[in-house]
Amino acid sequence: MDELLEILQELHSDVDFEECDTLIDDKILDSFDIVTLISEINSEFDVAIPAEEIIPENFNSAKALWSLIERLEDEE
Amino acid sequence: MLFTSYEFLAFIAIAFVIYYIVPKKYQWKVLLGFSYIFYALSGVKYIAYILATTISTYIVSRRIDAKYEEQSAYLAANKGKIDRTARKEYKASIKKVTWRWLVGCLVFNFGILAVIKYADFTITNFSSILHTFGANPEFGLFRFALPLGISFYTFQTMGYIIDVYRGKYKAEKNFGKVALFVSFFPQLIQGPISRFDDLAQTMFREHAYDAKQVSYGLQRIMWGYFKKVVVADRLLVAVKTLYSDASVYTGAYVLVGMILYAGQLYGDFTGGIDITIGIAEVFGIKVKENFLQPYFSKNIVEYWNRWHISLGSWFKEYLFYPISVCQPMLKLSKNSRKRFGDAVGKRIPVYIATIVVWFITGFWHGAAWNFIVWGLMNCLVILVSEELKPLYEKFHAKFPAVKPKWWYRFFCIMRTFLLMSCLRSFDCYRDVPLTFRMWGEMFTRFNPSIFVDGSLLQIGLTSSDYVVVAVAVLLFILVSNLQLIGKGNVRDQIATKPPVVRYMIYYGLFLAIIIFGAYGIGYDSSQFIYNQF
Amino acid sequence: MKKKVIRYSLVAVFVGVTLFLLQRLLMPKYVDDVVEGSLISEYYNETTDHDVLFVGDCEVYENFSPIKLWQDYGVTSYIRGSAQQLIWQSYYLLEDALRYEKPKVVVFNVLSMKYDEPQKEAYNRMSLDGMRWSKSKIDAINASMCEGESFISYVFPLLRYHSRWSELNANDVKYMFSSKQISHNGYYMRVDTKAAENVPTGKALSNYQFGDNSYKYLDKMVKLCKDNDIQLVLIKAPSLYPYWYQQWDEQMKSYAERNDVQYINFLDCTKEAGIDFNKDTYDGGLHMNLDGAEKLTNYFGKWLTDKYDLKDHRNEEEYKSVYEEKIKFYEDMKLDQYNELKEYGKVVSY
Repeated sequence: MDELLEILQELHSDVDFEECDTLIDDKILDSFDIVTLISEINSEFDVAIPAEEIIPENFNSAKALWSLIERLEDEE
Repeated sequence: MLFTSYEFLAFIAIAFVIYYIVPKKYQWKVLLGFSYIFYALSGVKYIAYILATTISTYIVSRRIDAKYEEQSAYLAANKGKIDRTARKEYKASIKKVTWRWLVGCLVFNFGILAVIKYADFTITNFSSILHTFGANPEFGLFRFALPLGISFYTFQTMGYIIDVYRGKYKAEKNFGKVALFVSFFPQLIQGPISRFDDLAQTMFREHAYDAKQVSYGLQRIMWGYFKKVVVADRLLVAVKTLYSDASVYTGAYVLVGMILYAGQLYGDFTGGIDITIGIAEVFGIKVKENFLQPYFSKNIVEYWNRWHISLGSWFKEYLFYPISVCQPMLKLSKNSRKRFGDAVGKRIPVYIATIVVWFITGFWHGAAWNFIVWGLMNCLVILVSEELKPLYEKFHAKFPAVKPKWWYRFFCIMRTFLLMSCLRSFDCYRDVPLTFRMWGEMFTRFNPSIFVDGSLLQIGLTSSDYVVVAVAVLLFILVSNLQLIGKGNVRDQIATKPPVVRYMIYYGLFLAIIIFGAYGIGYDSSQFIYNQF
Repeated sequence: MKKKVIRYSLVAVFVGVTLFLLQRLLMPKYVDDVVEGSLISEYYNETTDHDVLFVGDCEVYENFSPIKLWQDYGVTSYIRGSAQQLIWQSYYLLEDALRYEKPKVVVFNVLSMKYDEPQKEAYNRMSLDGMRWSKSKIDAINASMCEGESFISYVFPLLRYHSRWSELNANDVKYMFSSKQISHNGYYMRVDTKAAENVPTGKALSNYQFGDNSYKYLDKMVKLCKDNDIQLVLIKAPSLYPYWYQQWDEQMKSYAERNDVQYINFLDCTKEAGIDFNKDTYDGGLHMNLDGAEKLTNYFGKWLTDKYDLKDHRNEEEYKSVYEEKIKFYEDMKLDQYNELKEYGKVVSY
């Protein structure tokens, strides 16, 4: 989780990712951020997030994203 | 049948009456019937194309669904009996089959679109390539007539099949419902590209006559006609003139042309979508918004999130993400990080996917190099501004007072508007080199006198036309502002007014369309010039 | 419930009335330019009926003077003419006129035989907008519509003339509900003179055969007259241009023979009628001026009264007062036009 927050913080230093749960709804993360994020997650955690998982529910908060990563790790 | 024909108005009126007098469970069938009548009126033979798409998608979606059902039955039956690896293998085997079905369906349907829309373009370019190598073969062209709405319904339907493949929702079992989703007539002319899960929520429900909803729908339709008939169709003549002869209409005319075209396109496209959404609303169906005050965007990325939204999100969801996060791309990104450093590796997926998406977006708009270059120019602007982002941020960190100022916001809006208007001129000029040349001439041929010497009255607009357009544009700005501030429906705001005021607004809009609309055979007393009879 | 009904009816009435007023305001009034546009509707103001009815294009309404016909022979007549009136329009205008009266003689000018299909929207409007609603009008519209026209814009002319908002003037308000009398029983008066010089002769055509559609309506006209016991006279007015070809003339001659109707080509008898193309035309031979029209009328009136049993109504009270007024209007306009001619060198307000 901490590594994930670090990645996120690097993308947008001005956002409180621990609290914010409207990352997509409020357009804080745009599509470029998401792709960058996925490629960072891939190199950090070795988890590939497929395109069909790119839905607001999975990306609206750091927590949701973390549970997605855990789920995908579990399926690996 | 055009939106702006008396026949179309009669068509919706009849559909409306029948829709609300049949038993409610037949309502969607009425729409299906009317959609096919509408399609047949554009040419009976074209029904074959839309049916091919509907049938193939229906069959494949059902097959994919059946496979997934098979999978869940198998997994349920063998719960605890098989281990994780076996389960994974089984899932993979299912996915392999559904993937094949999906690819088959995509190839077939995009194939139809490609052949009809792009065969001649490919042949022409192919022969000109051969020509540069000295060969001189003669290829015939197909000259297919485009079936009504094929670009829209193909994309919409393919979105559906991909969603089913992704397991986002189950395939629709009723063929008629799929057929209506594909052919829903208000969407055939200018889109938007709807999603099945959005549309199905209201499309197949039973709708009791709801006076408020119908009234809202009618208001929306009128607003659309106002944009289209009063503004877009009025500007059309001038736009045509300005782009007809680049040697005459150069210098400042280029700028005028860009701005008038921005107005014309706005009126035509957003007006058309207003009509579509309004008609759907009259039938109790909710079609998602396709525009959110696009000309108020402060940068190009924002613009593309607010203009033709359904197309942008289609490309994002079904092309941009799949390309940028697919396994090979992630691998490529990883390797590049090692070899060229993080900065490069990070950018690779975004860059490749963006370029591909914009190439195809351009191509989707039309089979011509103009559109492809237009797409790639958009891509260029987006990537450059992405790279410049840190610079902007530095600037704003240093001068924090600037960002919240109204004039800075205004500057950003104007900048984006002019930039987009400039790019859009690819739509209008004959070819790519001419477009670039005219961009140059806009600055090199100095003729600002046209703004004062009456030249602008010679391009097909009289001074009263300019007044009408100016007033309408002010109205657009006012309404867009109300939408932004009120965070909602202007119709709701009107509904709170006393009845007399309310009716005056509706009737005023109606009269404005009737009187100031640029429709029909224009009265021009010079036509009556009494010659020999 | 009752309140609602009242409210909706009030709204409906308000909408209907305002739209009607707007329509009246925006429709062209044809009082200060293209006055020909008001000819068709003036017919309905007539209080007495007519023994002779002319139908056709400008070659009837500028070449014959019903007032002169009255003055010389006591024959009552009216010209249902309009600019570039096509043959189906002439037919339906005749049909329309028969709803109000039954003339003894109908005169049709055959120039429009040369048009087999709709020509120009603007002229359609001048021939059709003035007609009262009847089945004849509906048929006339359907037969006349050009590409891009729609029936509904004849029902609601507002849809056609809406763009006139930017050129409205005082006359549009003044003549919203009334109109200015323009014609003299359908005759459009001009007193000025422009001699016919260098009238071009017709270029050779590839095909001289009149179209099937034209013949269809000519047949219909013949039948309509026979059914109503009306004598049909086909004429070709003595206009030098548009050129009237020999081949066309022959077709009309043989048609008249076959169908037992009269055909007169006035181009062959200008001398007998005493017409001088140096003096009797106001636009170089296309149309007669007042002098020419009166000469022609006198000549044709003699032929008509010799040929048919047309009553001299001059001593009948019913007509006398009506025509006294018409003659006054005729003489006043004549005087006014001559004054203008003297003052400005041309006719300015007609």
